[in-house]
Amino acid sequence: MQKGKNNSRRDFLKKLSLGIGGSAVALSACNSPDFDDFLQKNFKTLSKEDIDEIILNLEKKYSEKYGKKFSVSAEPAIDNTLFGYALDLSRCIGCRRCVYACVDENNQSRDPQIHWITVLQMDKEKGIDYMHSDIHYNPELVPEEGHFYVPVACQQCANPPCVKVCPATATWQEPDGIVVVDYNWCIGCRYCMAACPYGARHFNWSEPIVPDEEMNPISHYLGNRPRPKGVVEKCTFCIQRVREGKYPSCVEICPTGSRKFGNMLDPESEIRYILENKRVLVLKAELNTQPNFYYFFGV
Amino acid sequence: MKLFHFFLGSIKIIFKGGKGYYSWIVFLILILIWGLGGYINQLQDGLGVTNMSDSVSWAFYIGNFTFLVGVAAAAIMLVIPAYIYNWKPIKEIVIFGELLAITAVVMCIGFIVVDIGSPVKFWHMLPIIGTMNFPDSILAWDFFVLGIYFLINLFVATYLLYSLFIKKEYNKSIVLPLILLSIPAAIAIHTITAFLFNAIPARPFWNSALLAPRFLASAFCSGPAILIILFQVLQKTTKFEIKKEAIWTIAELMVYAMFIYLFFTIAEFFKEFYSDTEHLVFWKYLLFGIGENKELVPYSWLSIFMGTTAFILFLIPRTRKNIITLNIGAVLIYFSVYIEKGLALIIPGFTPDVLGQIHVYTPSIDEIRITVLIFSAGALLFTFMLKIAIAIIFNNYSIDKLELE
Repeated sequence: MQKGKNNSRRDFLKKLSLGIGGSAVALSACNSPDFDDFLQKNFKTLSKEDIDEIILNLEKKYSEKYGKKFSVSAEPAIDNTLFGYALDLSRCIGCRRCVYACVDENNQSRDPQIHWITVLQMDKEKGIDYMHSDIHYNPELVPEEGHFYVPVACQQCANPPCVKVCPATATWQEPDGIVVVDYNWCIGCRYCMAACPYGARHFNWSEPIVPDEEMNPISHYLGNRPRPKGVVEKCTFCIQRVREGKYPSCVEICPTGSRKFGNMLDPESEIRYILENKRVLVLKAELNTQPNFYYFFGV
Repeated sequence: MKLFHFFLGSIKIIFKGGKGYYSWIVFLILILIWGLGGYINQLQDGLGVTNMSDSVSWAFYIGNFTFLVGVAAAAIMLVIPAYIYNWKPIKEIVIFGELLAITAVVMCIGFIVVDIGSPVKFWHMLPIIGTMNFPDSILAWDFFVLGIYFLINLFVATYLLYSLFIKKEYNKSIVLPLILLSIPAAIAIHTITAFLFNAIPARPFWNSALLAPRFLASAFCSGPAILIILFQVLQKTTKFEIKKEAIWTIAELMVYAMFIYLFFTIAEFFKEFYSDTEHLVFWKYLLFGIGENKELVPYSWLSIFMGTTAFILFLIPRTRKNIITLNIGAVLIYFSVYIEKGLALIIPGFTPDVLGQIHVYTPSIDEIRITVLIFSAGALLFTFMLKIAIAIIFNNYSIDKLELE
């Protein structure tokens, strides 16, 4: 039933775009995989069969393009899971290893550079004060005297302002709390970037460049698969890893153990322990974004 | 069949004109081609050819869009005084206001199309064929009100001109309700465009309830300024006649608008500067600069200076009723509002960004070229529509004449 409906809509759209014929792109790409790409629906509304077909095509396309076996997962959220993150401000030394581990894992563009994690250097005397923070600090050795560090990435808000403003429903919150983007559906209006209070969303201003040999071939459809130019991307807690039971790569790389991650619905988890035994804070609490990303002082 | 004749006649009339007309068209086409080059660059290389960044993610395009929504809205608002004060050339005022509104909406759509990263995917935000996020996203609302406003104006202007063309009395019971409907629609497009920015708590610079009222007040200044000049040009070049008193009344209404605009701005200044919270930083960047970064300072003061001068010129009856100072005032207020919406509204909202970082933005050459492209295309469209309207309204160009040829 679902399938039949899709087909008729697909046919209708095909006829419609052929009829209009206004779009040079659509016309030149007629009956090619690109044209199917153009007609693909919002991921959220796709049937299981459609997703399987799309995944198969993508894996083939990427494997050919990057010359290595590419996997694209569409693993849905695990039941009874709500991911939470906690970052120990007293331990973070501002080394930025997390920034680059994230770039490697999630295939962010190397040129122009896109970083999903921004590390802010703050004055100890001022506390968390964005207006006096510095992202371009570059000493021989970190941490620097008189400073502490606040890494910021997507806060996976429970009340996400970015999702509310998207005109095309191209970004949404998954049941496990991860806010994702359908790169095929995003029109690139960047309203979500204006709405995000954490600077967590990044735009592919030009064709993203990732050297073939550095491309991470283990990917998720809603996560680290290659992105086209003109769409928005963001941290997904490494959706391709955490839905397989692994830690996000920033957690694994952190040399000081400042980064903690887990299922907040599991009473035995480390994240639950922190929430109960440490005192946590969230950034810009006054905006009522309700982050699932906490900061705390471990020592 | 008659409708076909109307379109045929319209196309024919576009090609008829003197030397002055043709040089104007050639000039517009030349700068349009220059601008088109910029758009081709952007299509090839993406929005990377602009100076926008993850910090300043909306800029000159969205500023121009916002300004033109104001022009579109204000064009129709003149309909109210035209009715209330019973100006004689009311039909003409309605038609020319509508043609300006149509042009401005087309240009608005142009600025949205050049601003989005994947314009071929635009249909994703449409209802039925896409997955429009209605009613949550204010952009979805903006799409509806702009669309409805555009269709009303397009229909009424075309219908009125068509009726004149085929020498038939137009049906008042169709036209009048639509014109009356277009007035709240005009207010709606600018209000909702303000809501687009103002309900984003992440950007304290816009997060003020005064934003929508300020938008409307400024639009009442810039939109009629265009019409005042247009009416004078029409009076000089065609049989169009508008009483001096009517022009003065428009100017008088503009003084009220300017006063309210000034008052709202001062109210906003007071609240921000006296409170002296960290949100003041955006106003500081706009008016005084932060450290080395003073990119917007000359523009913001130029806008304030031009706006204030225009206000004084319009406020004093002698300069308001003097055609030269009146026109100077109209030009000054137009550019004052253009700078305010184009540069001083969007950019400080992102400077410093949400994490307190300053990423300097000034429009790139390709952004300027694309802006020129849209303005020249808009001017071309407006010229053509004016040409058709003038021929039909003032030169009795009609279906009989077309058949004689």
